[in-house]
Formats: sequence, C-alpha cells, structure tokens
Amino acid sequence: MTELLKIEELTVAPANASDRKLVNMVSFSIKPGRTTCVVGESGSGKSLTALSVMGLLSKQLVRTHGRVLFQGKDLASLSPEEMRKIRGRQIGMIFQEPMTSLNPVLTIGFQIGEPLTEHLGYKGNELKTMVGELLEQVGIPAHRANSYPDELSGGQRQRVMIAMSIACKPLMLIADEPTTALDVTVQSQILNLLDGLKASMNMGMLLITHDFGVVSDVADDVVVMFRGNVVEAGPVAEVLNNPQHPYTKALLDCVPDVAGLKPLKPIDYAWLNESKVPA
Amino acid sequence: MSEFILKARDLNKFYTQRSGRFGFGTTQVKALDNVSLELRHASTLAVVGESGSGKSTLARCLLQLQTLDSGSVFFQGRDLADLPSSELRRQRRHLQMIFQDPFASLNPRMKVGEIVEEGLLIHDLGHKDERYEKALKMLERVGLSESDMKKYPHEFSGGQRQRIGIARALVLSPKVVVCDEPVSALDVSIQAQILLLLKELQHEMSLSYIFISHDLRVVRHIADEIAVMHQGRIVETGSIHEVYESPKQEYTQNLLKAIPGQKRQVA
Repeated sequence: MTELLKIEELTVAPANASDRKLVNMVSFSIKPGRTTCVVGESGSGKSLTALSVMGLLSKQLVRTHGRVLFQGKDLASLSPEEMRKIRGRQIGMIFQEPMTSLNPVLTIGFQIGEPLTEHLGYKGNELKTMVGELLEQVGIPAHRANSYPDELSGGQRQRVMIAMSIACKPLMLIADEPTTALDVTVQSQILNLLDGLKASMNMGMLLITHDFGVVSDVADDVVVMFRGNVVEAGPVAEVLNNPQHPYTKALLDCVPDVAGLKPLKPIDYAWLNESKVPA
Repeated sequence: MSEFILKARDLNKFYTQRSGRFGFGTTQVKALDNVSLELRHASTLAVVGESGSGKSTLARCLLQLQTLDSGSVFFQGRDLADLPSSELRRQRRHLQMIFQDPFASLNPRMKVGEIVEEGLLIHDLGHKDERYEKALKMLERVGLSESDMKKYPHEFSGGQRQRIGIARALVLSPKVVVCDEPVSALDVSIQAQILLLLKELQHEMSLSYIFISHDLRVVRHIADEIAVMHQGRIVETGSIHEVYESPKQEYTQNLLKAIPGQKRQVA
C-alpha cells in the first residue's frame, strides 16, 4: 500500500438538499513525500474536500457518498475520540488566515506546545526545548516563544501555524491556501519551507490553492476542480504542459504569465455550459 | 497639453504611531518618503510593492483624499492643493478611483442604478432622464443590463460588483483613474475579464490609469510603466520592459524572483 490518503467518490451536499452536490464523486490519493495540489476557482469545492477529509464539515453539510481512507482506515468509521487522535497528531492542518486562526490571548509558544502536550504528553523543560526547536525550524528565533500573535507579522504568524501543524511530526499535512494572504516574497519563503519540511519528514501534502504559479512551483500531482467535480488529475508536468480537459485549458489561458507574452483569455462560461462541461 | 496628465513631486506623508511599553511614546512612520512620479496621458503607470510599502497611501494622497505633509500633485499642470475647495470638488470628476474590495466599496442600501448615477447627481451633470441614460449606457458597457439597475449590490458576484465599481467611476468620464488593487480579490478567470475590460475602456475613453498592485504578473499585462515602492520610497521606475528584463535594484530583482511559477518551465 503506497497511498497515505485515499479519497474515493467523495460527495458532499447540504443536509436539506442532498441532490445539490457541492463536491461530486471526487477521487484522488496522496502518497508519502509527494505534494498534491487541488486547484480551482472559488466555489469549486476544493476547501470542502479538505474539510471533509478532516471531518470538519459544518453541520449543514453532509457527506452523502464515498469514503476517505487514511492508511487504509476509513476515517468515517472512527469515533470522535479516535478522530481527535489523528487530527493534529497524524494529519496536520494549516488554514488560510494567519490573522484569525491563532488565539490572541495565548503566547505562540503555548499554542505550539499544546499539541505536543495533548498528543505526546510533553511537559516542562522538555516541552520548552521542543517548542524552541520547532520555532527555529520555521525560521523564528526561539526566544519569540513568549510573544503574542499580535506582535508578529503575517508571514511569521503563518510560520507559527506551520510549526503548530508539524509539531507532532504528522504523516500528512493539509494546507488550505496557506500563502494567499501573504506578500510574494514571504509566499516564496513559506512555500520553500513547506517543500523542505515535506522532503525532510517524508510527509504527504495536500495543498489547496487557486494559483497556478504555486502549483507549478511545489506540486508533484495536480487535481483540477470545477463546480464540485474533478475535471482533470495527474502529474504536474502533464497537466500544465498538456492539459486535456477544456476547462483546464481555459483556466490556464487566463493566468497572466510573468513574461507578459501570452494574451489574456477569460473563460467563456457560456461555451463551457453548452459543451456540457463537466461531463 | 503637456504629455503628463498627472505629476507628483516630493510627496511626504508621516503617520504617528504609539510606541513604548505603555504607548506613551510616539514614533513617526514614513508612509511616503519623497515620492515623485509622472503619469503619461492615456497610459498606465503601475505602482507595485508589498503590504506596508505605502502604495495605498500614495493612491489616496494623489486624489487628495488624504492630506499631504509636504509635496504637490499637479493635475493638468495645476497644483491641486492650491485650488479653492469648490474648484477641487469640480476637478474630482476627472479624478476617480476603483477600489480593491468590491464587497466593501458599494453602499449596500443603494440600488446599483443609484450608485452609478450618484456621481452625476453630485456634479450636477444632466437632467434626471439624461443621468439615467448615461448610467444605463455605462452599465451596459461594462456588461450589466437595465434590469440590474433595480438590484442591490449583494445580489451580484464579486466580478459583477467590480464591474459596478468601474461603471461608478467611469460614468463621469474622468481623465485619471486610480485603481487600487482592482483584481486582487477576484478569481483568475474573472481577473482576466476585468483586466481586459479596463484595457478596452482605456482606449475608448483615453483614460490614464495609476494601477496599484502587489501582483507582478497582472502588472506586466496591463501597465506601460512601473514604479516599485519599498518602505515609502520609490526604489525603481521605468518602462515595463526595462524593469522586468533588467531590474537595477536588488529589491526589484528579489520581488521578480519571488513570483510563483518560475521554478519549472511551463509552456
């Protein structure tokens, strides 16, 4: 068994309208040491897919079909306690907003240490050393452990989020638009950091993004989503250089290129609707 | 008429920030530090920089929405600060702004038709029917329809709202439009639509744009000239081609290197 995470025919719909599928028969898998990027426009269902993997869907939404297997185990069959042990311990998560996903009244050191105490029982000086090491690992001086989130910049806060999520050396990391709120130079630092951690810890990574630039820099595999469906998936070089699906082609055509050579071409949604995409 | 429609000379703007343990001390933050720029008639000047570089402050100061500590802004050769307030108000119809957040920049209690007509009403341009006609024509030009005039902003998507914001600014037939991150809140496909629309409108109405952005990929497609800001200063200016092909400053080089999508060569 090589897959770390296997998503099979995942379907998510509102609890009161089960035929309005927000995520429709989505299947893909993540292997250790590889990054899978899920890319799509807003409303394509990419974040819902990630939340659904973690069992964090809001109450109004339900999984109506499909399975999520983590190391061969069906995550839906686990009790809430068992799920809690996996969440943060074996699967780490990073959210988009570094400004809102940290607790403002706790020091960052405490927040990074929390999963270590919770899952692995670290305490006292040992815990302090671990937290210091984690901070250094993400490029923040260890003495900043006593800082509060408001004393840090956006990029530093995102680094703290990363330190929290890798604290227990998870087998897999789910990052939902981890760099969208950041400046380009900080973005490239964070992506390099994630890439390095992935390689050194042999983590599988599920990265959700809307930016094809990010995809081409860090992804090994790509999953393109459109209106809840996977329209195309495969190794990054294949999908980006030789897209098969008309939607993938159209989406790539409207990304401005750095060289400024390619004319911008917005997506013709009417045409996509007519040609019955996705099939 | 001079080749430059808008000139800014030695703009300075400081913010006072509380500092020290209990906030009793103050420090001065230089948001604009001797900023000078020139905007050519019917062209686009991009101002790029990271958050906190002062680019939005520059946008607001150019339009006299914020007072400057020193320096002057010349519009068609006249110093805006020297104009009497009534004259400045008259000139404002030529100086318009398109905002970043299409969700926050439209009044939720006004119908779209009213939002677009409001500028015409304030500047007393035309009678009721003429105003309606003008607003309608503008909205149709940006891709909306007559029935949309009766709707409220919340009934539209982000891209459509940005179109409303554009119609609101351009219905006055301005000469200079400051676009403050007009596409950064939008999906790439919508972003491409809006960029193309802005370009078309520039040709039709011979508009001059100041285009504020942090996205160097977008800027490459829309701008003729570029000014790179860092910590309140303009560190490099030049034509798009010059700056992208052979950036002189290390800061610009790093900024260009950080654009995602360059590690692997993708056709």
